[in-house]
Amino acid sequence: MSTEPTQREDVTDTDPNADVPGLGSLASNAHAHAEDAHTVAAPARVRPPVQVAGKVLPGWAPWGIVAATAVVMAGLVAAIGWNWALWVVGTVVVGGAAQYVVSRAVEGKRRATDRGFTYAIVAAFALALAPLISLLYTVVSRGAARFDGEFFTWSMRGVIGEGGGAVHAIYGTLIITGCATLISVPIGILAAIYLQEYGQGRLKRALTFFVDVMTGIPSIVAGLFAFSLFSIFFGPGIRLGIMGSVALSVLMIPIVVRSTEEMLRIVPNSLREASYALGVSKWRTIVKVVLPTALGGIVTGVVLAVARIIGETAPLLITVGVVSSVNVNPFDGRMQNLAVFAFNSYKSPGVPPEPSIDRAWTAALVLILIVMVLNITARFIYRRFGTEIR
Amino acid sequence: MTAPAHTPVQAKSITATDLDLYYGSFLAVKGVNITIEPNKVTALIGSSGCGKSTFLRSLNRMHELVPGAYADGEVLLDDVDIYAADADPVQVRRQIGMVFQAPNPFPTMSIYDNVAAGLKLNSRKIKKSDLDAIVERALRGANLWDEVKDRLGKPGMGLSGGQQQRLCIARATAVEPDVLLMDEPASALDPISTLAIEDLITELKKEYTIVIVTHNMQQASRASDNTAFFNIEGTGKPGRLVEVDTTEKIFSNPTHKETEDYVSGRFG
Amino acid sequence: MSSTNVDDLQSVVRGGPARGGAGDRVFRGLATGAGVVILATLAGVALFLIVRAWPAITASAEDLPGGENLLAYIWPLTFGTIIAATIAIVIAVPLSVAVALFISHIAPRRIAQPMSYLIDLLAAIPSVIYGLWGIAVLGPASVGLLRWLEDNLGWLPFFEGPASATGRTMLVVAAVLAVMILPIITAVTRSVFEQTPRRLQEGALALGATRWEMIRLTVLPFGKSAIISASMLGLGRALGETMAVAIVLSVSGAITFDLIGSGNPSTIAANIALDFPESSGLAVNALIASGLVLFAVTLVVNMAARTVINRQMRI
Ligand SMILES: Nc1ncnc2c1ncn2[C@@H]1O[C@H](COP(=O)(O)OP(=O)(O)OP(=O)(O)O)[C@@H](O)[C@H]1O
Ligand SMILES: [Mg+2]
Repeated sequence: MSTEPTQREDVTDTDPNADVPGLGSLASNAHAHAEDAHTVAAPARVRPPVQVAGKVLPGWAPWGIVAATAVVMAGLVAAIGWNWALWVVGTVVVGGAAQYVVSRAVEGKRRATDRGFTYAIVAAFALALAPLISLLYTVVSRGAARFDGEFFTWSMRGVIGEGGGAVHAIYGTLIITGCATLISVPIGILAAIYLQEYGQGRLKRALTFFVDVMTGIPSIVAGLFAFSLFSIFFGPGIRLGIMGSVALSVLMIPIVVRSTEEMLRIVPNSLREASYALGVSKWRTIVKVVLPTALGGIVTGVVLAVARIIGETAPLLITVGVVSSVNVNPFDGRMQNLAVFAFNSYKSPGVPPEPSIDRAWTAALVLILIVMVLNITARFIYRRFGTEIR
Repeated sequence: MTAPAHTPVQAKSITATDLDLYYGSFLAVKGVNITIEPNKVTALIGSSGCGKSTFLRSLNRMHELVPGAYADGEVLLDDVDIYAADADPVQVRRQIGMVFQAPNPFPTMSIYDNVAAGLKLNSRKIKKSDLDAIVERALRGANLWDEVKDRLGKPGMGLSGGQQQRLCIARATAVEPDVLLMDEPASALDPISTLAIEDLITELKKEYTIVIVTHNMQQASRASDNTAFFNIEGTGKPGRLVEVDTTEKIFSNPTHKETEDYVSGRFG
Repeated sequence: MSSTNVDDLQSVVRGGPARGGAGDRVFRGLATGAGVVILATLAGVALFLIVRAWPAITASAEDLPGGENLLAYIWPLTFGTIIAATIAIVIAVPLSVAVALFISHIAPRRIAQPMSYLIDLLAAIPSVIYGLWGIAVLGPASVGLLRWLEDNLGWLPFFEGPASATGRTMLVVAAVLAVMILPIITAVTRSVFEQTPRRLQEGALALGATRWEMIRLTVLPFGKSAIISASMLGLGRALGETMAVAIVLSVSGAITFDLIGSGNPSTIAANIALDFPESSGLAVNALIASGLVLFAVTLVVNMAARTVINRQMRI
């Protein structure tokens, strides 16, 4: 049974019996086990006895098979020289195959296929999570070395070799991201209000479409845009913190628009009507009824958007530049940023390289911590304040 | 001091003349001519889809909030045309309030703020003591004061459905409208709360002109003075007002056969 | 309570008009203005890139980096970009669909939500950290695999070799990119899988289908176009991804299909990030010209993806 395009149309079909055309053969297939008499075209229709107990593997079987495989594979791999990766991969692959074979022998082909695909899907999920675990482990273990007081109190001014810190980069990150947020949030929320409360016709459709498209702009292109914009007025050597904020805004605005629009959409219309019926004007209704009702969700969206841009590197590399001392003025000269700091410390470590590479990992660790905290905060805000709407 | 809950006030009448109501090009209600008497309860009855809600919402210009919807004809509040070219719909709605089918208190506001919402949202500068008096009066008027006076700061959503609906009535009356429109205000409530709302409606008519949509014949006969019967020929056809008269007459001896069929339970 | 006579309150309540007119117009103007600003920004991105790329487009060949014409400069980068993104998609799509199915149909309800948080976490990790992980962990870890590919599948042009000893190859880069785009593909496909009408799924199960048969007969056909458009979104991300490539890939500028060697074509985005800080004069304009190409390509891919998604929604 292939997945013919006609299947799509069945979704809108109203006749429940016509829903799944491909299933006819499947149904007869299912009955074929119990209903051999059916093929003999007996004149008097005799139904087979009721049978619900099939030949089914016990619940522990999948785990048991994989565990057994793991033991066998351990022996095999040990024999040719121990290798963790080989053992894990071997266990997963051979375990899956073994499960299929056993199931096919006991339960038949269809159940074996079901088990096979379920196994493959679970294995794929585990495979997708493996990088996350490895990455977190790596960053924490390597970043711990320099996760000390000096890292959070010193800049890199005049530091060669050991010591030094990233306080200039932390300030820079907060300031650049803060400015980007100040630019993006009003524009993003107002645009979402336009889309959800006012917009109609061509402009609304164009904006909806291009906001979606904008979410896909590569971050480096946003950086080039900010550079081009400023360099036209200030010359090609210009590097400012605010240029980075402009670049980040290009990335952040569409995220804010999307999430805010989503939140405004789920504010029940009855609240707007209740407000109108009290003789409240439309803009006051939006500002005092709709926005407060959606506030938890909107703030959550903004926090997640900040989390998305706070680790950006590429656009800042080309707009903000690098510097080794503290600069807190986004309108004057280069600034440092954590992600760029991590990149540069790793890329051009100097001699000896170890202290710089350690700093890179610690910067990565700090970044991950910031991102995690922001994500958790967002979820907390949503739990606590986002449930006003139901 | 405590205020008497309901001091009689002369309310205003509504007169609709040749009113046609459209959703885009679809004519939903056609040619309504009716006079709604002041300080009376007028019930709108009729089968589903015949345009009761549409008509009701046209009386305070909520109808036009639906994109593409508009009204053609004249609606007078006493003798002022609310559809006149220079009429501000926001002003109209301040004088003709509305209560909805499902209770819809503002979820972010306390009980107190919900009642005060109509005044506060308009940013009117009102002394705290005046506002307190207005809130108390509105809550008393909605027979809710005793139940909530100890928790005015708590969220309005924390009340029961029936209490929420009375809160919404208090909210609507706090701005002192002339007319109260109610679209099936008790249909989401249990029988006890429904009776409470009906009693309340009977008291409220001392101060307001009330128009109420209901599917409940007992409710119409119990709570209303006049009844208007709407009907529709078939789907796609516009709804129309068949007749309006005293409730007693409509339920005992209506002029039109279709009205009699409807109130006695024989449809079609 | 004050001693105000409540009947006097009528005048307090009624006093003064509450016309919304002016405020409404201003607010509406602000909201509309914000929308226009966004559209103007997008147009501005194109416009300013063109303006700054123009000197490189019109310059004579010998003034440009590499001493050849602009196309000869940009083409290898475009080639590298497309190769990296394509391989990433090939790896990521089946994985993402499996992960989406796991969350929507296989995992017990109780753990499905936490699992989807974990997948979202993959999207939250900054790309520079993926780069560090790629060069420090995944690269070295895959050296053995690269060598095995060279020995056993070396007859394929992709695995011609010689295998890199550091793992800083196109295949590893693509694997990192695949991990990075997995969350977005998963999110889009999963939400559509979850919308598969119940009656279809139950219809299949009622006919005695196993769970996998039910998925194959109802969920996958229902989500087919979502998988396509999600892949295109992922492709757009992979094309523009910068830091992971810039950190991990060892570059020679050669145009080659070999995925496991140490001489790889760079990508547009990575090349800009690496060369921009040290460039001046026409070289900057040339880099911006390459950025313009990247912008155009991702714009087309994203617009196509969105068009497909929107069409789907309307059904
Ligand atoms: N927002 C709308 N857009 C388009 N048509 C509408 C809209 N609301 C109602 N209608 C149509 O107008 C007609 C009258 O609807 P209305 O809601 O006024 O009926 P009703 O008498 O209140 O019914 P019910 O008793 O079910 O509440 C119906 O044909 C309905 O389909
Ligand atoms: Mg109705």
